[in-house]
Amino acid sequence: MSEAANTQVVEDVAIQLIGMHKWYGEFHVLKDINLSVERGEKIVVCGPSGSGKSTMIRCINRLEEHQQGQIIVDGIELTNDVKKIDEIRREVGMVFQHFNLFPHLTVLENCTLAPIWVRKTPKEEAEEIAMKFLERVKIPEQALKYPGQLSGGQQQRVAIARSLCMNPRIMLFDEPTSALDPEMISEVLDTMISLAEEGMTMICVTHEMGFAKTVADRVLFMDAGEIIEQAPPQEFFDNPQSDRTKLFLSQILHNG
Amino acid sequence: MAIVKTERHPDMPPPVSQTGVIGWMRENLFSTPLNIVLTVVSIYIAYSALSGLISYAFINANFAGETRDDCTGTGACWVFIKARFGQNMYGFYPVEDRWRVDVGYILGAIGLFMVLSDWFKNKKWAAIYMFAIYPIVCYFLFYGGTFGLTQVETSEWGGLFLTLVLASVSIFVALPLGIVLALGRRSEMPVVRLLCVGFIELIRGVPLITVLFMASVMLPLFLPEGVNFDKLVRALVGMSLFSAAYMAEVVRGGLQAIPKGQMEAANSLGLGYWKAMGLIILPQALKISIPSIVNTFIGLFKDTTLVLIIGLLDLLSVVKAGTTDKEWLGMATEGYVFVAAVFWVFCFGMSRYSIWLENKLHTGHKR
Ligand SMILES: Nc1ncnc2c1ncn2[C@@H]1O[C@H](COP(=O)(O)OP(=O)(O)OP(=O)(O)O)[C@@H](O)[C@H]1O
Ligand SMILES: [Mg+2]
Repeated sequence: MSEAANTQVVEDVAIQLIGMHKWYGEFHVLKDINLSVERGEKIVVCGPSGSGKSTMIRCINRLEEHQQGQIIVDGIELTNDVKKIDEIRREVGMVFQHFNLFPHLTVLENCTLAPIWVRKTPKEEAEEIAMKFLERVKIPEQALKYPGQLSGGQQQRVAIARSLCMNPRIMLFDEPTSALDPEMISEVLDTMISLAEEGMTMICVTHEMGFAKTVADRVLFMDAGEIIEQAPPQEFFDNPQSDRTKLFLSQILHNG
Repeated sequence: MAIVKTERHPDMPPPVSQTGVIGWMRENLFSTPLNIVLTVVSIYIAYSALSGLISYAFINANFAGETRDDCTGTGACWVFIKARFGQNMYGFYPVEDRWRVDVGYILGAIGLFMVLSDWFKNKKWAAIYMFAIYPIVCYFLFYGGTFGLTQVETSEWGGLFLTLVLASVSIFVALPLGIVLALGRRSEMPVVRLLCVGFIELIRGVPLITVLFMASVMLPLFLPEGVNFDKLVRALVGMSLFSAAYMAEVVRGGLQAIPKGQMEAANSLGLGYWKAMGLIILPQALKISIPSIVNTFIGLFKDTTLVLIIGLLDLLSVVKAGTTDKEWLGMATEGYVFVAAVFWVFCFGMSRYSIWLENKLHTGHKR
């Protein structure tokens, strides 16, 4: 890809993976991943366990290192340059399956830590912003509690608020609801849906097909380290093309 | 037909479980025949062990007087300790300058209070005072030579004063150095890791006595002519390095217990390695290591007595030297009991503080 073409697409392309490969030792986890995500686009990634979904989105904010190909986020190519990695991480929020809240800090401190130390926001202002986002995820009254005192669903909403406090342009979700009890799933999904409605660029690994149908612009199916199929949700669910997709869909729709 | 409950149950206070001292005793000490037997036997054992000690140390002991002739009772002769109290506390520190040590204690107590207690809120200033200002003040205060204070060579330092200097300096150096070594051992840079592993394994593999001996006898042989460290400084270096190696492993244990997700979450928020370490990982790792850290401190505190072999006169050496005094022959038991009691007070204090700290830092998550 030439320089000119690159800068041209920067405007409306948020994330670009070009011929990306990754190995864990001898094991080829990700094979020739090509993906381009537009600004404001919502992508749902699904696929069987071990297919490399987590690995792929973790490469986007460099929690994992790719070995071949290019990853361009917000016009910045990911290399070993620590400055650029930090720059990208400031713009990309991530929500984990197991929340990963900081247990020794209160909910409010969890939310203000990064703005204060990374963005150098004054404490009062950071707290104001944090309260605003805690209200958005509907748990302002828990601000002074510790994560260990909250339910799973509440913890995950705090994790989302914590990411939002950094004012990211892109949000990555790695199975945000799969560690939650059924009655807590919807409160987290509702938060994500409202986020999607505001035009956030999102990549979301999830098996919540209802969520995929409501918010996704595109559904990606991965298997054995490859993107097998991608289509708008309607088409993906009603008329899957590959056999592996059909098998996978029949399995998850059967079970859930 | 469905059964539906229409009225809500009101909130009630929890049932009262404690019914006074008698109730507690009946429930915990005398609930079953076996329990009664165990209670009685334990009380008997505790009584026979303690009664001997109490009658030795207090009831039959002698407190008043000046010389050994005043010791007429069958118990301990605390006159011995009293008569040599100044030396036990300060060693050969000149009598007219001992107030300098006392001022140091008072300033240290103020600092400890500011750092450790809950009442003093401004921890930043407490830390600056305790870890930057206080050590420098102490140096000038104890060693002197400037500001109109006469110089007191470290060879004159001794007794409990020297023990406290040894213990606090080594603790003060060991914790930060141990943290650095632990981080180095987990580093991804091979050279750093190798250096740290090498240092830790080397130091941990040899007894403290040999480290002290090397520091005091061998080190001068390797140093260029004319470069000469104070004997106390050499002992301090030896002890600090030794305990740092232990501390490093304690801290590493704590670091290992923190889930990987914590670092990943911190990274994904844009926090770099050092900020993530300092703000997220280390606070948690140190918190879970508190029992082991204090354990190491206590061990270190007691190990200061080993400086005896390189000729420094810490509390134990001074008291022991006293027992060979012709005037006071046969007072070894009193000497050792006294030393044990002093050490116990300090170690027990550390232990209680660590328990209090653990409870305070507990934030409702158990891992
Ligand atoms: N650190 C690692 N070292 C070696 N292999 C790894 C590592 N992390 C993941 N893998 C392997 O890489 C493959 C992809 O893992 P990944 O976590 O991306 O799968 P996934 O699609 O997210 O699965 P799941 O739905 O179970 O979360 C798996 O086979 C896994 O065993
Ligand atoms: Mg996964």
